[in-house]
Amino acid sequence: MNSLVEPKKWERFVWPLLATALLLALWHYSVAWTATKIFPSPLDVKKGIAELIRKKVLWPDIIDSLRRVAIGFGAATVIGIPLGLTLGWYPAANQVVNPVLQILRPISPIAWIPIAIILLGVGDHAATSLIFLGALFPIIVACVDGVSNVPSVYRLAGRNFGLGPFRLLTQVVFPAALPKIIVGLRLALGIAWLVVVAAEMIAVDSGLGYLVIDSRNSGKRYDLVVAAMLIIGLIGLILDTGFRRLEKIKSVRWGFRDDS
Amino acid sequence: MIVRLRPIALIAVLLLLWQFAVTRNPIHILPTPWGVVRGTGDLLQHGLLLKYVVASLFRVTWGFALAVVVAVPLGLIIGWNRRAEMALNPLIQILRPISPLAWIPIAILWFGVGDLAAIFLIFLGCFFPLLLTAMNAVRGIPAVYINAGRNFGLRPAALVSRVLFPAVVPQLIIGMRITLGVGWLVVVAAEMIAVSSGLGFLIVDARNAGNRYDLVVAGMVIIGLIGLLLDIAMRSLQQMKSLRWSYSED
Amino acid sequence: MTKTKLQAEHIHMVFTRDGKTTSVLNDISLTVAEGEFVCLLGPSGCGKSTLLSTMAGFLSPTSGEVTIDGEAVHGPDPRRIFVFQERGVFPWLTVEGNIAFGLFHLTAAERHQRVAHYIKMVGLEGFEKAYPPALSGGMKQRLEVARALAVNPDMLFLDEPFGALDSITRLVMRGELLRIWEAERKTIIFVTHDIDEAVQLADRVVVMSARPATIQQIVNIDIPHPRDISSARYLELRDGIFQQIGLAHKI
Repeated sequence: MNSLVEPKKWERFVWPLLATALLLALWHYSVAWTATKIFPSPLDVKKGIAELIRKKVLWPDIIDSLRRVAIGFGAATVIGIPLGLTLGWYPAANQVVNPVLQILRPISPIAWIPIAIILLGVGDHAATSLIFLGALFPIIVACVDGVSNVPSVYRLAGRNFGLGPFRLLTQVVFPAALPKIIVGLRLALGIAWLVVVAAEMIAVDSGLGYLVIDSRNSGKRYDLVVAAMLIIGLIGLILDTGFRRLEKIKSVRWGFRDDS
Repeated sequence: MIVRLRPIALIAVLLLLWQFAVTRNPIHILPTPWGVVRGTGDLLQHGLLLKYVVASLFRVTWGFALAVVVAVPLGLIIGWNRRAEMALNPLIQILRPISPLAWIPIAILWFGVGDLAAIFLIFLGCFFPLLLTAMNAVRGIPAVYINAGRNFGLRPAALVSRVLFPAVVPQLIIGMRITLGVGWLVVVAAEMIAVSSGLGFLIVDARNAGNRYDLVVAGMVIIGLIGLLLDIAMRSLQQMKSLRWSYSED
Repeated sequence: MTKTKLQAEHIHMVFTRDGKTTSVLNDISLTVAEGEFVCLLGPSGCGKSTLLSTMAGFLSPTSGEVTIDGEAVHGPDPRRIFVFQERGVFPWLTVEGNIAFGLFHLTAAERHQRVAHYIKMVGLEGFEKAYPPALSGGMKQRLEVARALAVNPDMLFLDEPFGALDSITRLVMRGELLRIWEAERKTIIFVTHDIDEAVQLADRVVVMSARPATIQQIVNIDIPHPRDISSARYLELRDGIFQQIGLAHKI
């Protein structure tokens, strides 16, 4: 917003390419210059990815991680949105429940692992429930926030036109709160992606997080470690971008002034 | 007055349910609320609690402070300069979704097992949210303020210190509050894996060395409470009079 | 013979966005004398704010040039202060802090004196330590004018400064602005979409067309201040502009 000259269209591609190329070069040369045996160079990482694909390890791991996210995030959505909408709609209820949420929220999902393991045993269920926990709070908070910020003019207009409570909620409050809810969902998805990787490092033995830890533990294959990290980053980016597409849909776009 | 008691009533009810569920159930591994309280007393007695809390807070403070010092100025610059943003955005977008925990092998490789690795992980966890907050804050400054500053003949350095900075501070503080919470989450997770002291370690250790689930849950509760206190402390920053101008517009 | 303060010559402004070009200003030429009060009048969105920003140096015209005191205008300058609608005051500074904003080259004592003078002039006594959110719209607008005047500029550019105020406050503020102008005789260029406001305030009214804006007509308001808004001459001039813009008399 504040640079003096409007950047040209082609600059949108040139600058990132330059910056990335520069960083890759820096990476490559610092590895070569320090003559480290362990830390991989960009080329090593590329070969590592190819190897993972060849050994038919990469795709199953990606799918495992995505599956856990889908289930955990899905459950958090199904439970979190109605709960959040209700709490936002009835401030009295929110006032009662909120302190409990505020105490539970700062507890990292990872810290719940021992409990999760007791109740659910090691494996998929523990990981999925951790993702569920991690995604739940942002979704609830976003829904409460979205609903309580619906301008009262909208509610009054709805009642003026004779809408009963249920239709008021579904036809006025929900669409009005939707932009905030979608942002909350996007953030929660990002958190879910972070949690799945962490959970897989501790509580299960498949998935991208496990790949990171395992590559190091069984053979100090740091090229695979970095390869896995980059893929984690890439998929996280794809998930985030996909969600932002949702924000562009006309019936929601009004709620977003600015892009981040 | 009664209204204020309702949340406490809810907590009391939940605690009772918890107590009930555990004592009824033959699997006595999970502790009862009272068991947790006694476990906390245990830790306090042995001096472990204070030691671990200090260790965790120490790491969070350092990791968070480093992230603030690096990410905020960087974010302000990138947010201001459109070309810098164009250049670095893809890189930021790829690194951001990588959980700090996924950096653990690299952290251990570079720093060994110990405080430094944990601080590095917390730094990573706090860096990107702060960077993005700063970028967004700069982009959100109304152009009138910048134009007015230029109109009064402010040189670039003065423009930054007298207009840009005051305008972004409220948003930065909100971002810092949220990021501190993230840092607190990361330290616990990092301690469960990469170091041998601190609250996260307490949880893992209590379970591994004897299935002391009362200590595990005690640890969790304390983690939650400290996280809450950190959040409240940051919120009180927002109350400072010279900053309150931004929040009154909400 | 009055000196020319500002000269705009053949200003063209074309904006390009996402491949679409919009012509906003079309060959605008205007001369403003020193100490004059000129109004740019036109419907919303016609480009008068763009013209004002160009003259103040915040925008560069696609072609054409603006000179002030014979010098070409390249950027904003403390000698010509732009008064935005009241949202331009800095919310993190007190009333005093805002007024003192441009006075960094003065000593503390001089600053203090200057600030006190302008607080009195705009009628904000008692609110020195208040922050903008505590002020009403009219007070914030006065604060912005005080801030602008405190640096003793040659020219003031005002962009619909009273637009966000209620009509009663607007009338009061118009009187205040004239009072200040008569005391200090700055050159003022004032943008408005309110015909009455233009005829009440200005020496000359520049009537602008809709986008792409051109100057339709320049009306000389030859009534001395204070102007009686029920006088025949006032109504005659006002109606002339009404007709020029093509508006009906009866609603």
